[in-house]
Amino acid sequence: MQALTNKAQAVSRKPMTFLERLYLINIIKGMMITFSHMFKKQPTIRYPEQKREFSPVFRGLHVLNRDEDGRERCTACGLCAVACPAEAITMEAAERVEGEENLYREEKYAAKYEINMLRCIFCGLCEDACPKDAIYLSETFAPANFTRKGFIYGKPDLLIPNPKTEASAFAEAKGVEA
Amino acid sequence: MSEQTFFKVTVDGITIEVPAGTTILQAARQIGGQVAPPAMCYYSKLKGSGGKCRTCLVEVSKGSEKDPRPMPKLVASCRTTVMDGMEVKNITSDKVIDARAGVVEFLLLNHPLDCPICDQAGECHLQDLSFDHGKSKTRFEFQKRTFKKHDLGDNIQLHMTRCILCYRCVFTADQLTNKRVHGILDRGDHAEIATHIEKSLDNEFIGNVIDVCPVGALTDKTFRFKNRVWFLKPMDAHRDCPTCSGRVTLWNRGDEVYRVTARKDEWGEIEDTPDGQPGWICNTCRFDKKEASDWVIEGPRAISRASVISQGHYQGSVGMHKPTETFLAVNGGRAPHLLMDIHDESEVNQPTIHLGKIQGPSHGNTFNNKN
Repeated sequence: MQALTNKAQAVSRKPMTFLERLYLINIIKGMMITFSHMFKKQPTIRYPEQKREFSPVFRGLHVLNRDEDGRERCTACGLCAVACPAEAITMEAAERVEGEENLYREEKYAAKYEINMLRCIFCGLCEDACPKDAIYLSETFAPANFTRKGFIYGKPDLLIPNPKTEASAFAEAKGVEA
Repeated sequence: MSEQTFFKVTVDGITIEVPAGTTILQAARQIGGQVAPPAMCYYSKLKGSGGKCRTCLVEVSKGSEKDPRPMPKLVASCRTTVMDGMEVKNITSDKVIDARAGVVEFLLLNHPLDCPICDQAGECHLQDLSFDHGKSKTRFEFQKRTFKKHDLGDNIQLHMTRCILCYRCVFTADQLTNKRVHGILDRGDHAEIATHIEKSLDNEFIGNVIDVCPVGALTDKTFRFKNRVWFLKPMDAHRDCPTCSGRVTLWNRGDEVYRVTARKDEWGEIEDTPDGQPGWICNTCRFDKKEASDWVIEGPRAISRASVISQGHYQGSVGMHKPTETFLAVNGGRAPHLLMDIHDESEVNQPTIHLGKIQGPSHGNTFNNKN
């Protein structure tokens, strides 16, 4: 049979010499490789205490934004839901009644807004689609859990703290500028 | 029957023979496709409509066979009748494209662009028009006009800021009802649709103003904010209605009827019934029959592929066919062990809340919200 490349090597069937049969030299060679890694830079970090810096384009958990007066920006227009390739976003719209002007920015608002984090693929298309600057992907990821129940994120989980009424929580959530 | 004269007219290089007296717009629509100019105010089912919005402007590059001079200015194709041998340029004319972009800019000057809130979004002619013919930026730097809110009754919601003053609803009320109670008050920048003084529109056929409105100025209050049209399932249906043809499009979510509208053709106008009459529908059909059992469903409505409504919409026999659950059959009759039932966790799309049965728009307390 003709070889396709000239890289093929015939298997050597020679019996091992005495030194080779001892295996000692090869074991020491291997140990040297292992030992040399003790002086090299560690590629791993001690995760829960230390954390890696995220890339500026990292797409993590969603937040629902408020405007500077603390009113919810989302008007339940459904563009995030229609853009979502995983169909993770669902919502229920309602009309703003008198007296709710300080809660909601527009005439219509999302009475319920849910993101199924089990379905979400964190592609960020909802952020792209939003005409009201209402949804953003933050720099945190969804915490692990043993059951599926905690992964349906509703409005209480997603909304950012109100900058007017919960100023300290808002400042904490905002974090420090890197 | 007297001999009908036919005129040859060429629109964008496509020649068609039409009876004398046909407008350029109608001739172009007979050719179909992109050749047909857009129309915001003209409505073929309403006598006297047209000539106001100027979106259907076309260039006549040859007047007729006898007088081949071009017309000096762009003409409104909905109001200009064809002549024999006329040559019309629509999308092949740079002048028309430029003029149309200008018209769209003017129409959008005072338009609030609140499409995320507006119920008409997704089926709005102004949205389509500005998408196809408009510019992406506005040069308008001033406050848009606002109006005092008028209440037009329990079923029709008026958003005057969105109105482009096409007069279609006025013609509808004139031609379909015996007494018109709404109209355009004031003039110029102050012109507005209103009733004098604060009457509600309650004629049995007045609901059709919702269907003729090219923008979201007149919308269905019983559907207000219930859902976005592209998440609904349009189905052709009919019922034996004593007052109207009863041929409608149902906008369903699951088996729940969220909205009832008349059937619209590819120009956004109400379809004719088989006997050749426009298929206007009555208020009872439109606002009060929100049970699936009221209707005989014919099948999914054909939706243009270019429309956002076609997303997730299955047409033909596929749309009529409900997928069967095969799990029990392949698993020896045992039900699947569910790790989570979504309705236990999710507060959206709860099986106990029937939005289609709520008369007006839902509010926070509809969903047991504490707010």
